[in-house]
Amino acid sequence: MANELIRLENLVMEFGGNRVLDSINLSIKDKTFMTLLGPSGCGKTTTLRIIGGFQVPTSGQIFFDGVSINEVPAYKRQINTVFQNYALFPHLDVYDNIAFGLRISGLSEKEIDSRVGHMLESVSLKGFENRKVPSLSGGQQQRVAIARALVNHPKVLLLDEPLGALDLRLRQDMQNELKRIQQEVGITFVYVTHDQEEALAMSDTIVVMDSGKIQQIGTPEGIYNEPANAFVADFIGESNILDGIMPADYRVRFFGQEFKCVDHGFEPNELVDVVIRPEDIDIVAPEQGNLCGTVTSLTFKGVHYDTIVDFKGFKWLIQTTEFHPVGSYIGIQLDPDNIHVMKKSEYSGLYGDYSSYSEEYEELDEMPEEE
Amino acid sequence: MKRKWMTAPYIIWMLLFTIIPLCIVLYFAFTDSVTGAFTFQNITGMADYAPIFLRSIWLSVIATVICLIIGYPVAYAISTCKPRTQKLLQLLIMLPMCLSFLLRTLAWVALLEDTGIINNLLTSIGLQPLPLIRNSGAMVLGMVYNYLPYMILPLYTAISKINPRLIEAAEDLGCNKRKVFSKVVLPLSLPGITSGITMVFVPAVSTFYISQKLGSPGTILVGDIIESQFKGAYNPNLGAAMSLVLMILIFICIGISNHFTKSDNEEEQLI
Amino acid sequence: MKKTSRVITVIVFIFLYVPIFILALASFNTGADMAVFKGFTFNRYAELFKDAALLELLRNSAIIAVLSTIVATILGTCAAMGITKLGKKMRSAIMTVTNIPMTNPDIVTGVSLALMFAFAGTMLRLNSILGIWTLLIAHVTFNLPYVILNVLPRLHQMDPNLTDAALDLGCTPVQAFFKVTIHEIMPGIIAGALMSFTMSLDDFVISYFVTGAGFVTLPVEIYNYTKKPIHPKVFALFTLMFIIILILMIVMNIIQSKTDRSKGKRFSKAGGVL
Repeated sequence: MANELIRLENLVMEFGGNRVLDSINLSIKDKTFMTLLGPSGCGKTTTLRIIGGFQVPTSGQIFFDGVSINEVPAYKRQINTVFQNYALFPHLDVYDNIAFGLRISGLSEKEIDSRVGHMLESVSLKGFENRKVPSLSGGQQQRVAIARALVNHPKVLLLDEPLGALDLRLRQDMQNELKRIQQEVGITFVYVTHDQEEALAMSDTIVVMDSGKIQQIGTPEGIYNEPANAFVADFIGESNILDGIMPADYRVRFFGQEFKCVDHGFEPNELVDVVIRPEDIDIVAPEQGNLCGTVTSLTFKGVHYDTIVDFKGFKWLIQTTEFHPVGSYIGIQLDPDNIHVMKKSEYSGLYGDYSSYSEEYEELDEMPEEE
Repeated sequence: MKRKWMTAPYIIWMLLFTIIPLCIVLYFAFTDSVTGAFTFQNITGMADYAPIFLRSIWLSVIATVICLIIGYPVAYAISTCKPRTQKLLQLLIMLPMCLSFLLRTLAWVALLEDTGIINNLLTSIGLQPLPLIRNSGAMVLGMVYNYLPYMILPLYTAISKINPRLIEAAEDLGCNKRKVFSKVVLPLSLPGITSGITMVFVPAVSTFYISQKLGSPGTILVGDIIESQFKGAYNPNLGAAMSLVLMILIFICIGISNHFTKSDNEEEQLI
Repeated sequence: MKKTSRVITVIVFIFLYVPIFILALASFNTGADMAVFKGFTFNRYAELFKDAALLELLRNSAIIAVLSTIVATILGTCAAMGITKLGKKMRSAIMTVTNIPMTNPDIVTGVSLALMFAFAGTMLRLNSILGIWTLLIAHVTFNLPYVILNVLPRLHQMDPNLTDAALDLGCTPVQAFFKVTIHEIMPGIIAGALMSFTMSLDDFVISYFVTGAGFVTLPVEIYNYTKKPIHPKVFALFTLMFIIILILMIVMNIIQSKTDRSKGKRFSKAGGVL
């Protein structure tokens, strides 16, 4: 494993008595792609700005290569940032924007020219040197912003919702591009986003945050398959979350039935949250099912149908490619692998009920970030 | 963090040259001109000047209302022009503001005098000359002439900021031209009206040159009295007291005008 | 309604420009009475350029206008930079004070400063301290709000990340201001400076109270002139200033519409790409 590059210790941030970050502890390894993921106001941007040196934490320590950098101002840190909405200098052209940092550090024009040229090539903007910033498209501005930061050879690149202003297609292209660039230059990327798909697609490590606290740290697969609590389960992907009880290891009870599962290590008869992903549920004939219910709503989504099924008054979301019309009575089968058991948390009971299902959950993902 | 301190020189400047001078005005207003002892005499002595205060307020209220009535259509007409014409007209409104108002007022004297340009014209076509100068009417004319641009510019800014989609929306919802004006354009231009009123009324009520040139000794204004206390009779204590009263009067008038336009606004919102 | 308001507009423009026209005419008049045009002459302009006293007044006005504009622009821009970083209470307190010279009648501002200078004079045991310095202080004081009120909106509109981006790329805070922030707020600084300059050049009421015998500006002296029959060369000066300001405004208008047009092009291009 790579070495640790940045460590945050008990980071606390308060604005006018309002606690925005609540003892954040985080270790960022060298040459990895780490994403801070969470809804608006969860503290992810504040965390990023503290690492960048634009904000001073109320208390806590930031270490860079083992040295505390609390007192080091932004302009002395070996860290560069790609800002939300890019923050390109409108009075300078593309070349001068990229050369900005190099000129400040007093390099010779010859050296600057070769480095900017090289950079322009690697973000495919050769020939745009003398274009004014406002005449560029969103995607091109994005590339200039990345080039402007990377040309300084930082040890860490911070990216604050860099794809937020782009349309869906461009966003997907840029995801691949960013991952490629990160592997090519081989430095640490710390990426802030509220878009779970972006986080899953690009990251080596994801840090899920909410209410100024870290909820879970893990690999994309780990976070998706083994969410730590109801918040993470709901924020990453879709989840049906039910109240359950663990009578013993590898056994969980909900809806008055006992199921086999793969989880263990709970107290006997401990109350738990049970997560079942909508795509993990198999629809079968009623007589073969573990549970039976009636389809109450159906939405065509292209790849699959979002099917809402009522089980004894509790509504589940099932994603299936099969067509089951509203009103049909169906059974479902649950594999032990697909039942995930979590400890109860402050988020229990808040998420995972599709009784009032609407397109709303889609919109949550599209919500613009304002912190 | 340190950027906060960049206001420090400004704060010190304003303290020295705005706040302290006003405190000194307050001090002079309440002290005797000879003994320097604390007294209310300057303020109570103000009663003698009540008619002059009333005249100043009355004439400048009339001037302000006239400015509003003729300024609004002008501001509206400018805002309906092509963007380039708008810029040009705006500059033409601003231009007279940059030229000496003393000389421009003097030009009105030449126009209105008993043997001035207008009366010469009248007599040359066989009419009786008119008493155009040295009366309240001429003073109001002078105020309107000098301060009309200060009414038109804020009105124009407020009107041109109104989103044309709002007017289309009102038409779409069934307003005729008149209703569009009274229900949408007028309420949305209220901030411009308020600042226009302030910008005309304040200099008009405190002017001291217009009355000297266009008025008569019988139509003297507060500004003239204050000026003479500092430049002629030299009783700065009385002058300070009058400045203080004038300042308070103006704050009250602005307050009334703000309250008036604001409560109007709320009614509109209720409807 | 549109027609009526257009007619009113034309009448108002005539109303605004008739006195200016009369003054311009008077500058070519061989007679001294404005009301009677006796004959055409350019002599007034020749006399004007021979009158050293009048030219000195003009120079004095220009000196005060330039100096007060420079001081007010620097001080006001600094203040605006700081104001954006202040807490709510402090900010609204400062804005209230900023509004005092704007809403106070000029005569009260003039009187209050005159009283303070007189007070300071007695404290310093000087007969009168009125002169170029008191004039400069007064002009800076009434110019400051114009600078601040023009620069502040620009600072608010500016993307705060731009300053952070400059710091991120290695600028010290001072470098960040001169390399990035100042470019963003320049239109506000220029507008504030221009307003200050014209206000200061034209100010009569406040200057009248704080000026001493040693240093007099043109508008103050014109006031003294107007108490007696005025010499027509003053009208020649007025006409020249009118023409200069008119040309300046037209040039500014052309430059502005040119930059607007190129900006418009740029936007339409960007729109095309998106």
